[in-house]
Amino acid sequence: MNFDYQTRRKLTDRTMVFLCGAAAFIAMIPLVSLILYVLLQGFKRLDWAFLTHLPAPVGVPGGGMANALLGTLTLMLLASLVGLPIGIMAGIYLSEYGKKNKFAWAVRFTSDVLSGVPSIVTGIVAYTLVVKPMHNFSAIAGGIALGFMMIPIVTRTTEELVKMVPHSIREASWALGVPQWQTILAIVIRTAKNGILTGVLLSVARIAGETAPLLFTSFNNQFWPQSPDEPTASLTVQVFTYAISPFKDWQDQAWTGALVLLILVLAINLAARTFFKNPRGLLR
Amino acid sequence: MIDELAEKDKKKEKKKVENQEHRGEARKIEVAHHENEGEQHSLKMKAEGVCAWFGTKQALYDVNMAIYEKDVTAIIGPSGCGKSTLIRCFNRMHETVPGSRFAGDIFLEKDSIFDPRMDPVVVRRRVGMVFQKPTPFPTLSIYDNVAIGLRLNGMRDKKVLDEVVEKSLRKAALWEEVKDSLQKAGGALSGGQQQRLCIARALAIELEVLLMDEPCSALDPISTTKIEELIHELRQNYTIIIVTHNMQQAARVSQRTAFMLNGKLIEYDATEKMFTNPENKLTEDYITGRFG
Ligand SMILES: Nc1ncnc2c1ncn2[C@@H]1O[C@H](COP(=O)(O)OP(=O)(O)OP(=O)(O)O)[C@@H](O)[C@H]1O
Ligand SMILES: [Mg+2]
Repeated sequence: MNFDYQTRRKLTDRTMVFLCGAAAFIAMIPLVSLILYVLLQGFKRLDWAFLTHLPAPVGVPGGGMANALLGTLTLMLLASLVGLPIGIMAGIYLSEYGKKNKFAWAVRFTSDVLSGVPSIVTGIVAYTLVVKPMHNFSAIAGGIALGFMMIPIVTRTTEELVKMVPHSIREASWALGVPQWQTILAIVIRTAKNGILTGVLLSVARIAGETAPLLFTSFNNQFWPQSPDEPTASLTVQVFTYAISPFKDWQDQAWTGALVLLILVLAINLAARTFFKNPRGLLR
Repeated sequence: MIDELAEKDKKKEKKKVENQEHRGEARKIEVAHHENEGEQHSLKMKAEGVCAWFGTKQALYDVNMAIYEKDVTAIIGPSGCGKSTLIRCFNRMHETVPGSRFAGDIFLEKDSIFDPRMDPVVVRRRVGMVFQKPTPFPTLSIYDNVAIGLRLNGMRDKKVLDEVVEKSLRKAALWEEVKDSLQKAGGALSGGQQQRLCIARALAIELEVLLMDEPCSALDPISTTKIEELIHELRQNYTIIIVTHNMQQAARVSQRTAFMLNGKLIEYDATEKMFTNPENKLTEDYITGRFG
Protein backbone atom coordinates (compact mmCIF):
# COMPACT_ATOMS: atom_id res chain seq x y z
CA MET A 1 0.00 0.00 0.00
CA ASN A 2 2.64 2.39 1.15
CA PHE A 3 4.98 1.10 -1.53
CA ASP A 4 2.29 1.56 -4.14
CA TYR A 5 1.73 5.12 -3.14
CA GLN A 6 5.45 5.85 -3.36
CA THR A 7 5.88 4.34 -6.82
CA ARG A 8 2.84 6.19 -8.06
CA ARG A 9 4.15 9.44 -6.73
CA LYS A 10 7.52 8.86 -8.33
CA LEU A 11 5.85 8.05 -11.62
CA THR A 12 3.74 11.21 -11.55
CA ASP A 13 6.85 13.15 -10.69
CA ARG A 14 8.79 11.72 -13.64
CA THR A 15 5.91 12.30 -16.04
CA MET A 16 5.60 15.93 -14.99
CA VAL A 17 9.33 16.51 -15.38
CA PHE A 18 9.24 14.89 -18.80
CA LEU A 19 6.21 16.90 -19.98
CA CYS A 20 7.64 20.22 -18.80
CA GLY A 21 11.03 19.40 -20.31
CA ALA A 22 9.39 18.56 -23.61
CA ALA A 23 7.42 21.80 -23.55
CA ALA A 24 10.59 23.75 -22.84
CA PHE A 25 12.25 22.04 -25.77
CA ILE A 26 9.35 22.84 -28.08
CA ALA A 27 9.43 26.46 -26.92
CA MET A 28 13.05 26.63 -28.04
CA ILE A 29 12.35 25.33 -31.54
CA PRO A 30 10.85 28.51 -33.04
CA LEU A 31 13.65 30.70 -31.72
CA VAL A 32 16.46 28.40 -32.81
CA SER A 33 14.96 27.70 -36.23
CA LEU A 34 14.32 31.42 -36.71
CA ILE A 35 17.90 32.29 -35.93
CA LEU A 36 19.22 29.46 -38.12
CA TYR A 37 16.97 30.40 -41.02
CA VAL A 38 17.89 34.08 -40.89
CA LEU A 39 21.54 33.09 -40.65
CA LEU A 40 21.32 30.79 -43.67
CA GLN A 41 19.36 33.25 -45.79
CA GLY A 42 21.19 36.36 -44.71
CA PHE A 43 24.70 35.02 -44.76
CA LYS A 44 24.89 34.90 -48.58
CA ARG A 45 24.97 38.65 -48.98
CA LEU A 46 26.74 39.53 -45.75
CA ASP A 47 30.06 41.17 -46.54
CA TRP A 48 31.96 44.31 -45.78
CA ALA A 49 30.37 46.16 -48.71
CA PHE A 50 26.91 45.49 -47.30
CA LEU A 51 27.85 47.30 -44.12
CA THR A 52 29.67 50.20 -45.80
CA HIS A 53 27.87 50.91 -49.10
CA LEU A 54 24.73 52.76 -50.02
CA PRO A 55 21.92 50.86 -51.71
CA ALA A 56 22.45 50.32 -55.45
CA PRO A 57 19.71 51.20 -57.95
CA VAL A 58 17.49 48.38 -59.17
CA GLY A 59 19.33 46.04 -61.55
CA VAL A 60 22.77 47.27 -60.56
CA PRO A 61 24.44 44.48 -58.58
CA GLY A 62 26.08 45.09 -55.19
CA GLY A 63 25.21 47.90 -52.83
CA GLY A 64 24.46 47.67 -49.13
CA MET A 65 22.51 49.10 -46.22
CA ALA A 66 25.13 51.26 -44.61
CA ASN A 67 22.81 54.28 -44.49
CA ALA A 68 20.05 52.20 -42.91
CA LEU A 69 22.43 50.84 -40.29
CA LEU A 70 23.59 54.33 -39.45
CA GLY A 71 19.98 55.51 -39.50
CA THR A 72 18.93 52.84 -37.01
CA LEU A 73 21.77 53.81 -34.70
CA THR A 74 20.76 57.48 -35.00
CA LEU A 75 17.16 56.64 -34.22
CA MET A 76 18.21 54.62 -31.18
CA LEU A 77 20.25 57.56 -29.95
CA LEU A 78 17.44 60.06 -30.48
CA ALA A 79 14.93 57.74 -28.85
CA SER A 80 17.26 57.35 -25.85
CA LEU A 81 17.58 61.13 -25.56
CA VAL A 82 13.80 61.35 -25.31
CA GLY A 83 13.04 58.18 -23.39
CA LEU A 84 15.85 57.77 -20.88
CA PRO A 85 15.83 61.04 -18.91
CA ILE A 86 12.05 61.04 -18.60
CA GLY A 87 11.80 57.31 -17.93
CA ILE A 88 14.59 57.17 -15.37
CA MET A 89 13.46 60.26 -13.47
CA ALA A 90 9.84 59.12 -13.47
CA GLY A 91 10.95 55.72 -12.16
CA ILE A 92 12.92 57.36 -9.36
CA TYR A 93 9.94 59.52 -8.48
CA LEU A 94 7.64 56.52 -8.30
CA SER A 95 9.90 54.50 -6.05
CA GLU A 96 11.14 57.27 -3.76
CA TYR A 97 8.21 59.64 -3.43
CA GLY A 98 5.25 57.79 -4.90
CA LYS A 99 4.57 55.10 -2.34
CA LYS A 100 0.93 55.82 -1.83
CA ASN A 101 -0.16 59.02 -3.54
CA LYS A 102 -2.83 59.22 -6.24
CA PHE A 103 -0.60 60.93 -8.77
CA ALA A 104 1.91 58.08 -8.60
CA TRP A 105 -0.91 55.62 -9.01
CA ALA A 106 -1.99 57.45 -12.16
CA VAL A 107 1.56 57.47 -13.53
CA ARG A 108 1.90 53.74 -12.94
CA PHE A 109 -1.44 53.05 -14.54
CA THR A 110 -0.67 55.12 -17.66
CA SER A 111 2.77 53.53 -17.95
CA ASP A 112 1.29 50.09 -17.89
CA VAL A 113 -1.35 51.03 -20.44
CA LEU A 114 1.20 52.85 -22.61
CA SER A 115 3.50 49.86 -22.75
CA GLY A 116 0.63 47.83 -24.14
CA VAL A 117 -0.31 50.35 -26.84
CA PRO A 118 0.33 48.93 -30.35
CA SER A 119 3.37 50.63 -31.81
CA ILE A 120 1.51 51.68 -34.94
CA VAL A 121 -0.75 53.85 -32.76
CA THR A 122 2.31 55.56 -31.28
CA GLY A 123 3.42 56.10 -34.87
CA ILE A 124 0.20 57.83 -35.87
CA VAL A 125 0.41 60.07 -32.82
CA ALA A 126 4.00 61.03 -33.62
CA TYR A 127 2.96 61.63 -37.22
CA THR A 128 0.23 64.03 -36.15
CA LEU A 129 2.28 65.77 -33.47
CA VAL A 130 5.67 66.03 -35.19
CA VAL A 131 5.63 65.15 -38.89
CA LYS A 132 2.60 67.29 -39.80
CA PRO A 133 3.79 70.51 -38.13
CA MET A 134 7.31 70.01 -39.54
CA HIS A 135 5.91 69.23 -43.01
CA ASN A 136 8.26 66.31 -43.62
CA PHE A 137 9.37 62.95 -42.37
CA SER A 138 12.42 63.06 -40.16
CA ALA A 139 14.70 61.12 -37.84
CA ILE A 140 13.51 63.43 -35.07
CA ALA A 141 9.93 62.27 -35.53
CA GLY A 142 11.06 58.66 -35.56
CA GLY A 143 13.18 59.19 -32.47
CA ILE A 144 10.27 60.77 -30.64
CA ALA A 145 7.94 57.92 -31.57
CA LEU A 146 10.45 55.33 -30.38
CA GLY A 147 11.26 57.42 -27.30
CA PHE A 148 7.56 57.42 -26.34
CA MET A 149 7.67 53.66 -26.50
CA MET A 150 10.74 53.54 -24.26
CA ILE A 151 9.33 55.75 -21.52
CA PRO A 152 6.96 53.25 -19.88
CA ILE A 153 9.47 50.42 -20.08
CA VAL A 154 12.27 52.46 -18.56
CA THR A 155 9.98 53.98 -15.93
CA ARG A 156 8.76 50.67 -14.60
CA THR A 157 12.13 48.88 -14.67
CA THR A 158 13.84 51.82 -12.97
CA GLU A 159 11.14 51.89 -10.31
CA GLU A 160 11.49 48.19 -9.60
CA LEU A 161 15.28 48.32 -9.47
CA VAL A 162 15.48 51.40 -7.27
CA LYS A 163 12.96 49.79 -4.94
CA MET A 164 15.24 46.77 -4.69
CA VAL A 165 17.96 48.84 -2.99
CA PRO A 166 17.60 47.80 0.67
CA HIS A 167 16.22 50.29 3.15
CA SER A 168 19.29 49.79 5.35
CA ILE A 169 21.46 51.42 2.67
CA ARG A 170 19.31 54.56 2.73
CA GLU A 171 19.34 54.59 6.53
CA ALA A 172 23.13 54.29 6.54
CA SER A 173 23.31 57.27 4.23
CA TRP A 174 20.95 59.40 6.34
CA ALA A 175 22.92 58.44 9.43
CA LEU A 176 26.00 59.89 7.75
CA GLY A 177 24.22 63.21 7.53
CA VAL A 178 23.56 62.95 3.82
CA PRO A 179 20.39 64.82 2.83
CA GLN A 180 17.57 62.93 1.15
CA TRP A 181 18.15 64.18 -2.41
CA GLN A 182 21.84 63.33 -2.27
CA THR A 183 21.04 59.98 -0.75
CA ILE A 184 18.93 59.22 -3.80
CA LEU A 185 21.39 60.56 -6.37
CA ALA A 186 24.71 59.53 -4.89
CA ILE A 187 23.85 56.37 -3.00
CA VAL A 188 20.62 54.75 -4.16
CA ILE A 189 21.06 55.32 -7.89
CA ARG A 190 24.67 54.27 -7.76
CA THR A 191 23.74 51.10 -5.94
CA ALA A 192 21.06 50.33 -8.52
CA LYS A 193 23.22 51.53 -11.43
CA ASN A 194 23.86 48.20 -13.10
CA GLY A 195 20.28 47.13 -12.86
CA ILE A 196 19.07 50.40 -14.36
CA LEU A 197 21.64 50.07 -17.14
CA THR A 198 20.35 46.60 -17.88
CA GLY A 199 16.80 47.88 -18.09
CA VAL A 200 17.91 50.70 -20.36
CA LEU A 201 19.76 48.36 -22.72
CA LEU A 202 16.83 45.96 -22.90
CA SER A 203 14.46 48.80 -23.72
CA VAL A 204 16.82 50.00 -26.47
CA ALA A 205 16.99 46.49 -27.87
CA ARG A 206 13.23 46.33 -27.76
CA ILE A 207 12.72 49.49 -29.85
CA ALA A 208 15.59 48.76 -32.25
CA GLY A 209 13.35 46.27 -34.02
CA GLU A 210 10.31 48.53 -34.42
CA THR A 211 9.04 49.10 -37.95
CA ALA A 212 5.47 50.29 -37.82
CA PRO A 213 5.97 53.67 -36.14
CA LEU A 214 8.91 54.45 -38.45
CA LEU A 215 6.90 53.96 -41.65
CA PHE A 216 5.27 57.31 -41.18
CA THR A 217 7.78 59.18 -39.07
CA SER A 218 11.35 58.69 -40.26
CA PHE A 219 10.18 57.00 -43.49
CA ASN A 220 13.08 56.01 -45.75
CA ASN A 221 15.99 57.42 -47.72
CA GLN A 222 18.41 56.05 -50.32
CA PHE A 223 21.29 58.29 -49.25
CA TRP A 224 23.42 58.96 -46.23
CA PRO A 225 21.57 60.76 -43.45
CA GLN A 226 22.50 64.44 -43.65
CA SER A 227 20.61 65.93 -40.74
CA PRO A 228 18.05 64.68 -38.23
CA ASP A 229 15.22 66.71 -39.76
CA GLU A 230 15.29 64.71 -43.00
CA PRO A 231 13.70 61.39 -43.89
CA THR A 232 16.08 58.73 -42.64
CA ALA A 233 16.56 55.11 -43.58
CA SER A 234 16.44 52.41 -40.95
CA LEU A 235 17.22 48.72 -41.07
CA THR A 236 13.68 47.71 -40.28
CA VAL A 237 12.00 49.89 -42.91
CA GLN A 238 14.63 48.95 -45.47
CA VAL A 239 14.11 45.26 -44.76
CA PHE A 240 10.37 45.78 -45.13
CA THR A 241 10.76 47.64 -48.44
CA TYR A 242 13.19 45.14 -49.90
CA ALA A 243 11.35 42.07 -48.70
CA ILE A 244 8.10 42.98 -50.48
CA SER A 245 9.90 44.08 -53.66
CA PRO A 246 9.78 41.80 -56.72
CA PHE A 247 13.56 41.72 -57.18
CA LYS A 248 15.53 38.66 -56.14
CA ASP A 249 18.63 40.66 -55.15
CA TRP A 250 16.62 42.98 -52.95
CA GLN A 251 14.90 40.05 -51.28
CA ASP A 252 18.30 38.54 -50.51
CA GLN A 253 19.44 41.85 -49.11
CA ALA A 254 16.33 41.98 -46.91
CA TRP A 255 17.45 38.74 -45.30
CA THR A 256 20.92 40.11 -44.73
CA GLY A 257 19.43 43.29 -43.25
CA ALA A 258 17.35 41.12 -40.94
CA LEU A 259 20.48 39.24 -39.93
CA VAL A 260 22.34 42.45 -39.11
CA LEU A 261 19.38 43.64 -37.05
CA LEU A 262 19.24 40.33 -35.21
CA ILE A 263 22.95 40.49 -34.42
CA LEU A 264 22.55 44.06 -33.17
CA VAL A 265 19.69 43.13 -30.84
CA LEU A 266 21.45 40.00 -29.59
CA ALA A 267 24.60 42.03 -28.90
CA ILE A 268 22.65 44.56 -26.83
CA ASN A 269 20.94 41.75 -24.92
CA LEU A 270 24.26 40.11 -24.20
CA ALA A 271 25.72 43.40 -22.98
CA ALA A 272 22.70 43.86 -20.71
CA ARG A 273 23.23 40.43 -19.25
CA THR A 274 26.88 41.13 -18.53
CA PHE A 275 25.94 44.25 -16.61
CA PHE A 276 23.39 42.41 -14.60
CA LYS A 277 25.74 39.59 -13.73
CA ASN A 278 28.66 41.76 -12.85
CA PRO A 279 27.61 43.74 -9.80
CA ARG A 280 30.45 46.18 -10.20
CA GLY A 281 29.67 46.87 -13.84
CA LEU A 282 31.95 47.49 -16.74
CA LEU A 283 31.77 51.25 -16.38
CA ARG A 284 33.54 52.76 -13.47
CA MET B 1 64.14 21.97 15.74
CA ILE B 2 60.62 21.15 16.79
CA ASP B 3 61.55 21.66 20.40
CA GLU B 4 62.90 25.05 19.53
CA LEU B 5 59.67 26.04 17.87
CA ALA B 6 57.66 24.79 20.81
CA GLU B 7 59.89 26.78 23.07
CA LYS B 8 59.30 29.88 20.99
CA ASP B 9 55.56 29.31 21.02
CA LYS B 10 55.59 29.02 24.78
CA LYS B 11 57.45 32.26 25.07
CA LYS B 12 54.92 33.94 22.82
CA GLU B 13 52.08 32.55 24.89
CA LYS B 14 53.68 33.86 28.03
CA LYS B 15 54.11 37.28 26.52
CA LYS B 16 50.48 37.30 25.44
CA VAL B 17 49.31 36.42 28.90
CA GLU B 18 51.49 39.11 30.35
CA ASN B 19 50.13 41.59 27.88
CA GLN B 20 46.61 40.68 28.73
CA GLU B 21 47.24 40.98 32.42
CA HIS B 22 48.82 44.28 31.80
CA ARG B 23 45.84 45.48 29.90
CA GLY B 24 43.54 44.19 32.60
CA GLU B 25 45.39 46.25 35.14
CA ALA B 26 45.32 49.32 33.01
CA ARG B 27 41.60 48.95 32.67
CA LYS B 28 41.06 48.63 36.37
CA ILE B 29 43.04 51.76 36.92
CA GLU B 30 40.99 53.47 34.32
CA VAL B 31 37.76 52.64 36.06
CA ALA B 32 39.12 53.78 39.39
CA HIS B 33 40.46 56.90 37.78
CA HIS B 34 37.07 57.59 36.33
CA GLU B 35 35.36 57.22 39.68
CA ASN B 36 37.84 59.44 41.38
CA GLU B 37 37.40 62.12 38.81
CA GLY B 38 33.67 61.87 39.11
CA GLU B 39 32.14 64.81 37.31
CA GLN B 40 35.39 65.66 35.56
CA HIS B 41 33.86 64.02 32.52
CA SER B 42 31.55 66.69 31.28
CA LEU B 43 28.05 66.07 30.07
CA LYS B 44 27.95 65.30 26.36
CA MET B 45 24.36 64.32 25.73
CA LYS B 46 21.27 64.26 27.86
CA ALA B 47 17.89 62.64 27.32
CA GLU B 48 15.01 64.25 29.18
CA GLY B 49 11.65 62.53 29.45
CA VAL B 50 12.07 60.75 26.15
CA CYS B 51 8.98 58.95 24.91
CA ALA B 52 8.72 57.36 21.48
CA TRP B 53 5.96 55.74 19.49
CA PHE B 54 5.59 53.62 16.37
CA GLY B 55 2.10 54.48 15.24
CA THR B 56 0.03 53.96 18.37
CA LYS B 57 2.50 51.58 19.99
CA GLN B 58 4.62 53.27 22.61
CA ALA B 59 8.20 51.99 22.63
CA LEU B 60 9.84 54.34 25.17
CA TYR B 61 8.46 55.68 28.45
CA ASP B 62 9.99 58.75 30.01
CA VAL B 63 13.67 57.89 29.63
CA ASN B 64 16.12 60.21 31.38
CA MET B 65 19.76 59.58 30.76
CA ALA B 66 23.00 61.54 30.91
CA ILE B 67 25.84 60.59 28.59
CA TYR B 68 29.33 61.67 29.66
CA GLU B 69 32.03 62.78 27.32
CA LYS B 70 34.60 60.16 26.30
CA ASP B 71 32.77 57.44 28.15
CA VAL B 72 31.50 54.22 26.69
CA THR B 73 27.90 53.84 27.74
CA ALA B 74 26.38 50.40 27.26
CA ILE B 75 22.66 49.78 26.95
CA ILE B 76 21.47 46.28 27.80
CA GLY B 77 18.07 44.68 28.10
CA PRO B 78 15.94 41.91 26.62
CA SER B 79 14.92 41.92 22.97
CA GLY B 80 12.21 44.43 22.12
CA CYS B 81 12.76 46.59 25.21
CA GLY B 82 13.50 49.68 23.12
CA LYS B 83 17.31 49.87 23.06
CA SER B 84 17.50 50.50 19.32
CA THR B 85 14.64 52.96 19.49
CA LEU B 86 16.42 54.91 22.22
CA ILE B 87 19.73 55.28 20.44
CA ARG B 88 17.95 56.09 17.22
CA CYS B 89 16.47 59.05 19.05
CA PHE B 90 19.95 60.30 19.85
CA ASN B 91 20.65 61.12 16.19
CA ARG B 92 17.07 61.74 15.12
CA MET B 93 16.88 58.58 13.05
CA HIS B 94 13.69 57.59 14.86
CA GLU B 95 11.74 60.24 12.99
CA THR B 96 12.63 58.69 9.61
CA VAL B 97 10.29 55.79 10.37
CA PRO B 98 6.88 56.55 8.84
CA GLY B 99 4.23 57.05 11.52
CA SER B 100 6.72 57.47 14.34
CA ARG B 101 6.31 60.04 17.09
CA PHE B 102 8.60 61.50 19.71
CA ALA B 103 8.21 63.49 22.93
CA GLY B 104 10.72 64.86 25.40
CA ASP B 105 14.04 66.41 24.59
CA ILE B 106 17.63 65.44 23.92
CA PHE B 107 20.58 67.77 24.35
CA LEU B 108 23.89 67.65 22.57
CA GLU B 109 26.11 69.66 24.88
CA LYS B 110 23.99 72.76 25.43
CA ASP B 111 21.71 72.60 22.41
CA SER B 112 18.53 70.66 22.01
CA ILE B 113 18.84 68.48 18.92
CA PHE B 114 15.13 69.03 18.36
CA ASP B 115 15.50 72.79 18.25
CA PRO B 116 13.78 73.97 15.07
CA ARG B 117 17.02 75.67 14.07
CA MET B 118 18.87 72.34 14.29
CA ASP B 119 18.96 70.50 10.99
CA PRO B 120 18.70 66.72 11.51
CA VAL B 121 21.37 66.40 8.84
CA VAL B 122 23.78 68.38 11.02
CA VAL B 123 22.85 66.38 14.13
CA ARG B 124 23.64 63.17 12.26
CA ARG B 125 27.03 64.48 11.21
CA ARG B 126 27.93 65.09 14.85
CA VAL B 127 26.28 61.95 16.18
CA GLY B 128 27.21 59.04 13.91
CA MET B 129 25.84 55.56 13.87
CA VAL B 130 26.94 51.98 13.19
CA PHE B 131 24.19 49.46 12.62
CA GLN B 132 23.72 45.87 13.69
CA LYS B 133 24.11 44.51 10.18
CA PRO B 134 27.13 45.92 8.35
CA THR B 135 25.78 48.33 5.74
CA PRO B 136 28.62 49.34 3.43
CA PHE B 137 27.51 50.91 0.16
CA PRO B 138 27.99 47.72 -1.83
CA THR B 139 28.85 49.11 -5.25
CA LEU B 140 31.12 51.88 -4.02
CA SER B 141 34.81 51.18 -3.60
CA ILE B 142 36.34 50.98 -0.13
CA TYR B 143 37.85 54.40 -0.71
CA ASP B 144 34.56 55.93 -1.82
CA ASN B 145 32.70 54.31 1.06
CA VAL B 146 34.88 56.24 3.50
CA ALA B 147 35.17 59.42 1.45
CA ILE B 148 31.53 59.76 0.50
CA GLY B 149 30.40 61.54 3.66
CA LEU B 150 32.96 64.29 3.14
CA ARG B 151 32.50 64.42 -0.62
CA LEU B 152 28.78 64.92 -0.30
CA ASN B 153 29.48 67.70 2.16
CA GLY B 154 31.39 69.49 -0.55
CA MET B 155 35.00 68.42 0.03
CA ARG B 156 36.75 68.18 -3.36
CA ASP B 157 40.44 68.37 -2.40
CA LYS B 158 41.89 65.00 -3.35
CA LYS B 159 44.80 65.33 -0.94
CA VAL B 160 42.57 66.02 2.04
CA LEU B 161 40.31 63.13 1.06
CA ASP B 162 43.25 60.73 0.73
CA GLU B 163 44.44 61.78 4.16
CA VAL B 164 41.05 61.42 5.82
CA VAL B 165 40.46 58.03 4.20
CA GLU B 166 43.76 56.71 5.49
CA LYS B 167 43.31 58.21 8.94
CA SER B 168 39.79 56.87 9.33
CA LEU B 169 40.72 53.41 8.12
CA ARG B 170 43.66 53.39 10.53
CA LYS B 171 41.41 54.45 13.40
CA ALA B 172 39.02 51.66 12.49
CA ALA B 173 41.95 49.18 12.46
CA LEU B 174 41.26 48.28 8.85
CA TRP B 175 44.01 50.13 7.00
CA GLU B 176 46.59 47.33 7.01
CA GLU B 177 44.09 44.88 5.55
CA VAL B 178 42.79 47.04 2.72
CA LYS B 179 45.49 49.57 1.87
CA ASP B 180 46.40 47.69 -1.34
CA SER B 181 42.83 47.23 -2.50
CA LEU B 182 41.15 50.55 -1.85
CA GLN B 183 39.39 50.32 -5.21
CA LYS B 184 37.73 47.00 -4.37
CA ALA B 185 33.98 47.10 -3.80
CA GLY B 186 32.89 47.64 -0.20
CA GLY B 187 30.51 44.70 -0.57
CA ALA B 188 33.42 42.36 -1.30
CA LEU B 189 34.86 42.50 2.23
CA SER B 190 34.17 39.99 5.01
CA GLY B 191 31.46 40.77 7.53
CA GLY B 192 33.91 41.92 10.20
CA GLN B 193 35.81 44.06 7.74
CA GLN B 194 32.56 45.53 6.47
CA GLN B 195 31.61 46.51 10.01
CA ARG B 196 34.97 48.20 10.54
CA LEU B 197 34.52 49.91 7.17
CA CYS B 198 31.23 51.28 8.46
CA ILE B 199 33.01 52.55 11.56
CA ALA B 200 35.67 54.19 9.39
CA ARG B 201 32.95 55.73 7.26
CA ALA B 202 31.33 57.22 10.34
CA LEU B 203 34.66 58.49 11.71
CA ALA B 204 35.52 60.24 8.44
CA ILE B 205 33.03 62.97 9.13
CA GLU B 206 33.77 65.27 12.06
CA LEU B 207 31.97 63.17 14.54
CA GLU B 208 31.66 63.60 18.31
CA VAL B 209 29.38 60.81 19.44
CA LEU B 210 29.29 57.32 17.98
CA LEU B 211 26.16 55.21 18.40
CA MET B 212 26.62 51.48 17.92
CA ASP B 213 23.60 49.21 17.71
CA GLU B 214 24.78 45.67 18.46
CA PRO B 215 27.82 46.16 16.25
CA CYS B 216 29.17 42.67 16.89
CA SER B 217 26.07 40.53 16.80
CA ALA B 218 26.68 39.49 13.20
CA LEU B 219 30.39 38.87 13.70
CA ASP B 220 32.69 36.01 14.64
CA PRO B 221 34.64 36.08 17.95
CA ILE B 222 37.86 37.36 16.38
CA SER B 223 36.17 40.27 14.63
CA THR B 224 34.28 40.93 17.84
CA THR B 225 37.53 41.17 19.80
CA LYS B 226 38.90 43.54 17.17
CA ILE B 227 35.90 45.81 17.43
CA GLU B 228 36.05 45.77 21.22
CA GLU B 229 39.72 46.75 21.13
CA LEU B 230 38.76 49.43 18.68
CA ILE B 231 36.17 50.80 21.08
CA HIS B 232 38.89 51.14 23.71
CA GLU B 233 40.98 53.14 21.25
CA LEU B 234 38.12 55.32 20.09
CA ARG B 235 37.25 56.23 23.63
CA GLN B 236 40.24 58.56 23.68
CA ASN B 237 38.52 60.88 21.23
CA TYR B 238 34.86 60.02 21.03
CA THR B 239 31.84 59.50 23.20
CA ILE B 240 30.35 56.08 22.52
CA ILE B 241 26.94 54.59 23.20
CA ILE B 242 26.74 50.88 22.49
CA VAL B 243 23.74 48.58 22.51
CA THR B 244 24.65 44.99 23.22
CA HIS B 245 23.03 41.68 24.00
CA ASN B 246 26.24 40.37 25.41
CA MET B 247 26.62 41.11 29.11
CA GLN B 248 30.32 40.26 29.13
CA GLN B 249 30.81 42.69 26.32
CA ALA B 250 29.04 45.45 28.20
CA ALA B 251 31.23 44.73 31.23
CA ARG B 252 34.38 44.67 29.12
CA VAL B 253 33.95 47.82 27.09
CA SER B 254 31.81 50.26 29.03
CA GLN B 255 32.21 52.69 31.92
CA ARG B 256 28.49 53.11 32.38
CA THR B 257 25.67 50.70 31.81
CA ALA B 258 21.96 51.26 31.41
CA PHE B 259 19.44 48.49 31.84
CA MET B 260 16.13 48.79 30.02
CA LEU B 261 12.94 46.79 30.26
CA ASN B 262 9.67 47.25 28.39
CA GLY B 263 10.60 50.71 27.13
CA LYS B 264 11.64 52.01 30.56
CA LEU B 265 15.07 52.77 31.87
CA ILE B 266 15.28 50.61 34.99
CA GLU B 267 18.74 51.39 36.22
CA TYR B 268 21.70 53.40 35.02
CA ASP B 269 25.02 53.52 36.83
CA ALA B 270 28.75 52.87 36.65
CA THR B 271 29.34 49.52 34.95
CA GLU B 272 31.19 48.05 37.93
CA LYS B 273 28.34 48.86 40.24
CA MET B 274 25.72 47.57 37.82
CA PHE B 275 27.46 44.21 37.49
CA THR B 276 28.50 43.73 41.11
CA ASN B 277 25.93 45.46 43.20
CA PRO B 278 22.86 46.68 41.31
CA GLU B 279 20.20 48.59 43.22
CA ASN B 280 17.23 47.17 41.40
CA LYS B 281 16.10 43.58 41.77
CA LEU B 282 15.14 43.47 38.05
CA THR B 283 18.66 44.46 37.00
CA GLU B 284 20.13 41.78 39.20
CA ASP B 285 17.76 39.14 37.83
CA TYR B 286 18.62 40.10 34.27
CA ILE B 287 22.36 40.23 34.80
CA THR B 288 22.46 36.93 36.62
CA GLY B 289 20.47 35.43 33.75
CA ARG B 290 17.25 34.78 35.59
CA PHE B 291 15.28 36.13 32.63
CA GLY B 292 15.80 37.73 29.23
N1 LIG C 1 9.49 50.07 12.65
C1 LIG C 1 8.74 49.68 13.68
N2 LIG C 1 7.40 49.69 13.58
C2 LIG C 1 6.63 49.32 14.62
N3 LIG C 1 7.09 48.91 15.80
C3 LIG C 1 8.41 48.87 15.97
C4 LIG C 1 9.31 49.24 14.93
N4 LIG C 1 10.57 49.12 15.38
C5 LIG C 1 10.47 48.66 16.63
N5 LIG C 1 9.18 48.53 17.01
C6 LIG C 1 8.70 48.08 18.32
O1 LIG C 1 9.26 48.90 19.30
C7 LIG C 1 9.69 48.13 20.42
C8 LIG C 1 11.15 48.41 20.70
O2 LIG C 1 11.92 47.96 19.59
P1 LIG C 1 13.49 48.09 19.52
O3 LIG C 1 13.89 47.76 18.14
O4 LIG C 1 13.90 49.40 20.06
O5 LIG C 1 13.95 46.93 20.51
P2 LIG C 1 15.41 46.48 20.88
O6 LIG C 1 15.55 46.64 22.35
O7 LIG C 1 16.39 47.15 20.03
O8 LIG C 1 15.34 44.94 20.54
P3 LIG C 1 16.47 43.99 19.93
O9 LIG C 1 17.37 43.66 21.06
O10 LIG C 1 15.70 42.80 19.49
O11 LIG C 1 17.13 44.73 18.83
C9 LIG C 1 9.44 46.68 20.08
O12 LIG C 1 8.31 46.27 20.80
C10 LIG C 1 9.15 46.66 18.61
O13 LIG C 1 8.16 45.74 18.33
MG1 LIG D 1 17.70 46.51 18.39
